[in-house]
Amino acid sequence: MIIPKLAFRNMLGAGAKTWLNAVVLSMAFVAIIWSQGLYIGIDAEVSRAMIEAECGGGQYWVEGYDPFDPFTIQDAHRPLTGPLRTLVEKGQATPFLIVQGTIYPGGRIVPVLLKGIDPGQKLLSIPSSVLKTADNELPALIGARMSATSGLKKGDTVTVRWRDAKGTFDAKDLQIVEVMRTTVQSIDSGQIWLPLQTLQEMAGMPSEATIVVTEKNYGPAVPIPGWTFKNLDYLLDDIKSVIQAKTIGSSILYSILLFLAMLAIFNTQLLSIWRRRKEIGTMMALGFSRGKVIRLFTLEGALNGVLAALVGAVYGIPLLAYTATHGLGLPADQIDSFGIAISEKLYPTYSGALVIGTTILVFSITTIVSFMPTRKIAKLKPTDALRGKLT
Amino acid sequence: MKKTCVCAMLAMAFLVSRTMAQTPPSAESILARTDQNAVSGNKIILSAMTIHGRRDSRSISSKSWIQGKDKAFTEYLAPAREKGIKMLKLGDQLWTYSPDADRTISISGHMLRQSVMGSDLSYEDMLEDRELQTIYNARVVGEETVLERPCWVLELTSKGEEVAYYSRKVWVDKERFVVLKEEMYAKSNKLLKTLEVKSVIRVQGRWVQNVLVFKDVLKGGEGTEFKITAIEFEAAIPEYIFSKASLRK
Repeated sequence: MIIPKLAFRNMLGAGAKTWLNAVVLSMAFVAIIWSQGLYIGIDAEVSRAMIEAECGGGQYWVEGYDPFDPFTIQDAHRPLTGPLRTLVEKGQATPFLIVQGTIYPGGRIVPVLLKGIDPGQKLLSIPSSVLKTADNELPALIGARMSATSGLKKGDTVTVRWRDAKGTFDAKDLQIVEVMRTTVQSIDSGQIWLPLQTLQEMAGMPSEATIVVTEKNYGPAVPIPGWTFKNLDYLLDDIKSVIQAKTIGSSILYSILLFLAMLAIFNTQLLSIWRRRKEIGTMMALGFSRGKVIRLFTLEGALNGVLAALVGAVYGIPLLAYTATHGLGLPADQIDSFGIAISEKLYPTYSGALVIGTTILVFSITTIVSFMPTRKIAKLKPTDALRGKLT
Repeated sequence: MKKTCVCAMLAMAFLVSRTMAQTPPSAESILARTDQNAVSGNKIILSAMTIHGRRDSRSISSKSWIQGKDKAFTEYLAPAREKGIKMLKLGDQLWTYSPDADRTISISGHMLRQSVMGSDLSYEDMLEDRELQTIYNARVVGEETVLERPCWVLELTSKGEEVAYYSRKVWVDKERFVVLKEEMYAKSNKLLKTLEVKSVIRVQGRWVQNVLVFKDVLKGGEGTEFKITAIEFEAAIPEYIFSKASLRK
């Protein structure tokens, strides 16, 4: 018990040096928890938004369909039959038809994806019910990003041109009945939502669909000939990769902070051993084994981690709690620059595992760094130490 | 009596000739002759394309080597920004080569709907090369004068095959069987594109549309003007021209 007491007393006795180390280390501590929590929060938010607005419980894709390969879209349509039709009829899934088209806002040619959605669907958060209106011959729903790039607003009419299943051009005027705000870019940019049945008639593809979105928690997936089931792991994989890349990027910042703190602790330990070599000799003369002396100095250094945790808690807990409840605002013009479906406010999520994990990490590194300079003591002769020699 | 008979015969002959003159040839035969006039074996064309934008107009000159309906190779000659861009069409496939990027790109899918060099012509318009008589049912709906030339007005409706434009209205020169004006309609009968010929020249015994304006009606603007500055029919074209390798040469 004497070693912890001595270590604690010596640590506080070091004064400003100890506090400086603790403050720098606490900053690394808080930065790790904050940035990790931020990206965990973004991951949770993006996944939730994607599931609610686009992915549902997974999607059936027509074989050959690849949303990242526009060449595949032209032939990606197939009638709903068998178990897929049953799922749709039971309300456990909703079909989408995707057709390539062109709109002409203000005389410009803008390629778009025309997406047919059932106006009565309840599975996704897309406000498709606005397409039920009987007033307009061809009601259309667009997102705010599409509105900004095309210049189209609610109530505007624009001519849309497309090719039907036989490749023949057709054109019609559509009216924008609603501009939706969504964080999910993949249901917004370059897309126009139309009533499913109308688009099926327009494209000459009756009762056909390109993808079928299932309800949340759908599973296990039934294999259906001509269709491929894409689960959430697959659908959210790109988003997870983006977040992982951003997490790695942010780790550079706190790694630098952590490195500086460790450098300071290492330096302090070295100086401490040099300055207190006579004290080390006295302790050995009084019966302290080398191991005990090493443990004492290592514990002194490691206690910096404990002090850093306490200092970090003083300003970190209120700071992290505030950001968790009030969120972090993002400039409206930078939201889309992330390339993922984040909202105007980011809410970090701090889990117990994150805090405990970070604490163990910081303590472990601090202990290792504190131990490394003390290895000199192992070779020290008490007589040399008493004379102030350190060989 | 003899005099009366001669008069009657002359009157009959006059009436028959009038009737013959007023009876149009069948729409199918007009289309067949128009197709025959439009399609040739090999030809090399030097042309200038003037794109009328909203703010200004720009002109792009090019040289094209064409073999029948399926093979075409175009190299842009001016301005400096477009110089060296090449385009190869083989059947229903299209590639472009950009010297700046030193890359060959296959144009298909949604890219076919994009305009060629910002003109009113899309890539898929360039791929449309089937003879009208094979894909359209035609009927003569009238006679009009275009470019001071008497024309048959034909209404073409898709035979139900895969065609880009469901219906067309074409004005065909009665004597030269050259299309002098054309309107292309969507299935919904919405006018999509127009073609207006400004002048026609005779080269190696063929009547050729010399200056024509292609206009995407939905896009607005003044359209895109094509001017053929030189044309050579039945020209000798080496086969290597129509290969992907020639894009990089």
